[in-house]
Parts: sequence; structure tokens; C-alpha cells
Amino acid sequence: MTTAPAAALARHPHDDLLRTERIPHIWCSGCGIGIVFGSLMAAITKSGLPRQDVAVVSGIGCTGRMAGYIRLDSFHTTHGRAIPFATGLQLARPQGKVIVASGDGDLLAIGGNHFIHAARRNMDLTIICVNNFNYGMTGGQLAPSTPYGAKTTTTPQGNPDEPFNFCALAAACGASYVARWTALHIRRLTNTILEAIHHRGFSFVEVVAPCPTAFGRRNKIRGALDLLRFYYDRSVVKNHIAPGEATIDFDHHLVVGKFVELDRPTFLDHYQMVNRGQVEAWPATGVDASAAGQRKAG
Amino acid sequence: MAGKAVLTGTHFMNGDEACCEGALAAGCRFFGGYPITPATEVAERMSKRLPQVGGVFIQMEDEIASMAAILGASWGGRKSMTSTSGPGFSLMMENIGLGLCTETPCVICNVQRAGPSTGLPTLVGQGDMMQARWGSHGPYEIIALCPASPQEMFDFTIRAFNLSEQFRLPVLIMADEVVGHMNERVVIPPADQIEVIDRAKPSVSPAEYLPYRPGPDGVAPMANFGDGYFMHVTGLTHDQRGYPTMTPAAQVEMTERIVGKIRNNLDRILDYETLLLDDAQVAVVAYGISARSARGAVLAAREAGLKAGLVKLNVAWPFPEQFIRELSHQVKCMIMPEINLGQMVLELERLAQGRCAVRLVAHPGGTIISPRRIVEAIGQALKERP
Repeated sequence: MTTAPAAALARHPHDDLLRTERIPHIWCSGCGIGIVFGSLMAAITKSGLPRQDVAVVSGIGCTGRMAGYIRLDSFHTTHGRAIPFATGLQLARPQGKVIVASGDGDLLAIGGNHFIHAARRNMDLTIICVNNFNYGMTGGQLAPSTPYGAKTTTTPQGNPDEPFNFCALAAACGASYVARWTALHIRRLTNTILEAIHHRGFSFVEVVAPCPTAFGRRNKIRGALDLLRFYYDRSVVKNHIAPGEATIDFDHHLVVGKFVELDRPTFLDHYQMVNRGQVEAWPATGVDASAAGQRKAG
Repeated sequence: MAGKAVLTGTHFMNGDEACCEGALAAGCRFFGGYPITPATEVAERMSKRLPQVGGVFIQMEDEIASMAAILGASWGGRKSMTSTSGPGFSLMMENIGLGLCTETPCVICNVQRAGPSTGLPTLVGQGDMMQARWGSHGPYEIIALCPASPQEMFDFTIRAFNLSEQFRLPVLIMADEVVGHMNERVVIPPADQIEVIDRAKPSVSPAEYLPYRPGPDGVAPMANFGDGYFMHVTGLTHDQRGYPTMTPAAQVEMTERIVGKIRNNLDRILDYETLLLDDAQVAVVAYGISARSARGAVLAAREAGLKAGLVKLNVAWPFPEQFIRELSHQVKCMIMPEINLGQMVLELERLAQGRCAVRLVAHPGGTIISPRRIVEAIGQALKERP
């Protein structure tokens, strides 16, 4: 390591949110996670929320290490299980804001079932997904996001799988806030994370980010900036487009923007309503209870 | 029964329901679970009762999620539990390890059915006992209680919560289908006569707080999400700050402590009862529903003039090693009846070291062990040459 002059060691604006004693971090040079982490810290600062009311939960993987560097109550759980852990945490202390930081493999391969059910319930969680199209921590294997035909260490001849469209999936499952940016849309990303934090319900932010070390290298885009540019140049902003049309198609467009923003009750809202007797019994119409009873008696 | 966490009085209820009431009396206010026979009645009663006492019930998408959710809820400051049976217990193993490594208090009730695999979903088994001890990877100690009646389901569930809060770990209630489904009298005492222990909270400022610095009994005080301590909690090997530390030295310190807080506090954890043991030549050592078969067998053997005694293990893990070692000096034979093909009997063999005979009375599951078979084993043991 080179020794920086003292003047260059001035405090970083986010130092108060960093566990600076844990730096240097483990991320490779050129990794996009640091950009997303910076945006997350900026959004938390802008949110004005008391620090003790914000928790970050992660699973396993490169993005999962975010929880270890942020100076908040932070939980680094098992692979794929950040969402159900966060669900318990949030329901136990609903006044707190729980943010899940997760990679594409962690969140939507091993953790896919939890993702779809938390979205369905509109659980009051903010999910930040850093999508770098592969498993970086283990050296670059196939992920549910890996583009068709792309090379990884477990698809050396090219990926035969169709990838997920995470934003379409989230929206179809009931997520009430869905957005996507690349890691080079920094200001828009920060504003989106801020909105997602303030959103009540399941908010999902996908960030397309470079992994030059494990993914780009095997797919002829070795430079970190080249990979950032590759994603950014193909991106086209289409806010409020039907989520199914918010595709990631590297031959045409990588659609970014805010696709879903709905105001609907969270799991806990519904739970409290049914427990207060405020929810009409199912089915509300079409059944005559007394007539049904007569038929049974007859 | 709206609004009352402790249903003081005399009830007729099954073991699963008694488990739920014990949990509520101990202060449980979060349940994350998934339906599975024969444990479903715990979840069903929880879904009705928790909203009455300001708690939250959620049916998760599977047992992996259930186990993760109760860990999260515990860090959110609520006493939490789940219930399951064999297949679900298998799915919970990884996150039970997370709970052990992060020292998270919570309770898991396993109403055992016969396995392996889907096995006999509606019929009794005791085949998860070694899984309870060793099922999650890596070195650890666990606490497992074995109720033999609905009353003990109530009492032991309270104790399970107290132990989990005291020693900061997931505590297992290793029940079985017969205990879970049998209806018996359950006496619930007044709330002020129930001992409820809560986790120790940090007494130092956030600047001084080390989340994994052990107290005198080896257990670190625990801050909850929102207390302002800004702790980091990880399933990676960590130091006293809670920070990942990838060194053999950190591994030694962490694992020796999470094992040591159990091994060094056995006097506060172990629990067994004895019957007619003083002059016994044969000791029947049993747990759960098989302890009731064993009790009947010991009484019948005594009527027939056979010098038999009973050891009923209320806590199966940690195993009462010292006591069993001493017992092996006294008796001619130790007999273990269990509804599997030989699990806890291995502990007797290990501790007897050939000083006395050790016999297994086994059934692979589907029915309880008849006292008659145990009486026969007692008679046989007394006929054998020393």
C-alpha cells in the first residue's frame, strides 16, 4: 500500500456512518458495491431518521458485507435468509426502519422464496439489490441474473439459463415500490434509495453494478470503467413503464427508472385490521349463509 | 381469555396447547412458524392468543424462514419461538447454528414424529435426539428439554425461555407426538408465582460496549435493535466487538466461550429425577414419553421383587455425565428405552465405559414402548452374569 499524505486523510463525509476501524474493506478495485454503499449512506443521512432506528440486514456474499461496515445495528445472517430475519426484526420493532442489502444470488436464488413472499405481504422493508450478474465472493459462478450466453466459472461454454427480470418479479409479487438504476446513475440512485427508505411497505431497488474481477474478465470487458460504461450506455430511463417491459437486454436497452410506487397497507397494517375485526369475512358477497345452512340440513 | 398472558387455573388441554401457554407465561411475544403435524396445534393456538397479548404471529413460507424470523425478532427485543417436527427441524438446522454463533435467545419446540424423511407424520418418534445435539455444523453445545406430559410442556417451555435468556442461545424442547397430542390436566399458577428471567442488558455506554465481552458466567449482556448500541452481529467467527475475525485464535476464543457457557454452568442447567434408585441393581434411564413407560415398568418390576430404579431426564442436552458415570459404579445394568434404533443409549455406553452393562429397548417409531418390554429387559439384565 502507498502512504497517502496527511492532507488526503481528511474525514470522509460518511465517516460517522462507517465502522472506519474495519477499513480497508474486502471489495475489489472497480467493484460497484462501494458506489451503492455510498448512495445508501447518503440516503440514510438525508432521511433524517434517528440512527438507532435504522438497521441493516444482509445475507452472504460481497454485497452482504455492507452490514459489516455500517455503523448502525447491523446483522450479517445466513445465505439467502436476510429477508426472513429482517421480517422478524421489523415486526418485533415496527417503529424501526429495516434495510436489507443483498446481492443477486443471495436475494433471488437461494433466497428467492423469501423475496416473493415478503413482496406479497408488502412487508415494510427496503431491499437494495446489487446485481453484478454473478457470484463474486466465490469467484464468479452462475447467478439467476447471469445473461444468456455469458461465461462464468460454472458456465464455461456460456450460460444456458434464462435470467430473471428482478423488477418484473418484484412487481408481480406485490412489491409496492420498484426501481432500477445502474451504479453510474449515482444521484438518481441516492434519491431513489431515499424514497425507498421513506416508502411504507416492500420497496425494491435494483442496482446494475460492475464486477470486473469475476464477471467482466470472463466476458471480454475487463476494465471497471468499461463495464460501468457498458451498462450505463445501454440504459434508457422509462419511469412508470409496465414492469414486464422493464427488461435488461444488452443488445437493445437496459431499462432503468422507477416502475412501481403504490400506497397499500403493509403486512402489519392488515394484521392489526383483522385483529381489530375491521376486515370483512371472506367471501364478502355471493353466499347466503342461512340458505347454505338449510341445504346442509336438507 | 382475551388479554391474559397467564391463564391461571386448572385446564384440560393437550401438550401442544400447554406449550403455547407456557411460552406466553414466559413472555413470548413473537411466533414465526409453518404448519407441520404433530406440532401444528402450537402454531394454531399462538395465532389466536398472541394478538390478545400484544404479540405478533406470522406464518412464514417455510421452516428456514421461520427460524430466521424468530432470530430477527429476538434481536428486535421480543422473546420469540417456533414449533416444528422432523422435516421442519432439518430445515432449521443452519439458522439454529446462526442463533448459536450470534448467541440469540429463542425457543424451538420439536414435537417429534417417526422418521426418517416424511416417515409417519401422525405417529410418535424420538429419532431427532442426536440431530438436536449435532445437527448444525461446527462445535457448539445446546440445551434440550424433554417433557413427558402436557403439564411438563407448560413448565418446561417456561424453563426453556428462561434458559435461553440466561445463556443466550436457542433452546430446544424435544417433545414427541404422544406428549403433544395427549390431553391431561394442566395447572397454570398465578403469574406472580412463575419465575420469568429476562436477558441481561448492557450497563455500560455504547462507546464502552463490547457485544461479546462475557460477564462473570460467560454470557455477554445483549443490546437490542434500537437501544443505540450500534452492534454488529454476524455468523462469521467474530471477536468481542462482534467483528469478523478470520484467525484460528479468534475461532478458539469464540467457540470455547459458547461451549464453555454451557459446560461451566451445568449446575444451573441439568435437571433429572430419580425413583427407587438407592438400592437399585438396574437403572432405567429414559426421557420424554418413554420415561412414562419406564416409570410403569420400574413400579411393576419392584412389585415382582426386582430391584429396579428410574432416572428421568428432564434435560437431555447437556447430558448429566457425572451423575451417569457415578451410577455406572452402583448398578449392574443401565437400560435406555427410546423410540429410535439407539441414540441416547450411546451416551450411557460412553459414560459406563464397561463398568456396567448397557441395554437398549428400542422401537423405530409409530408407537410408544410398552412397559412390559422394559420389565422383561430388567428381568433379563438381573439374570445375566456380572
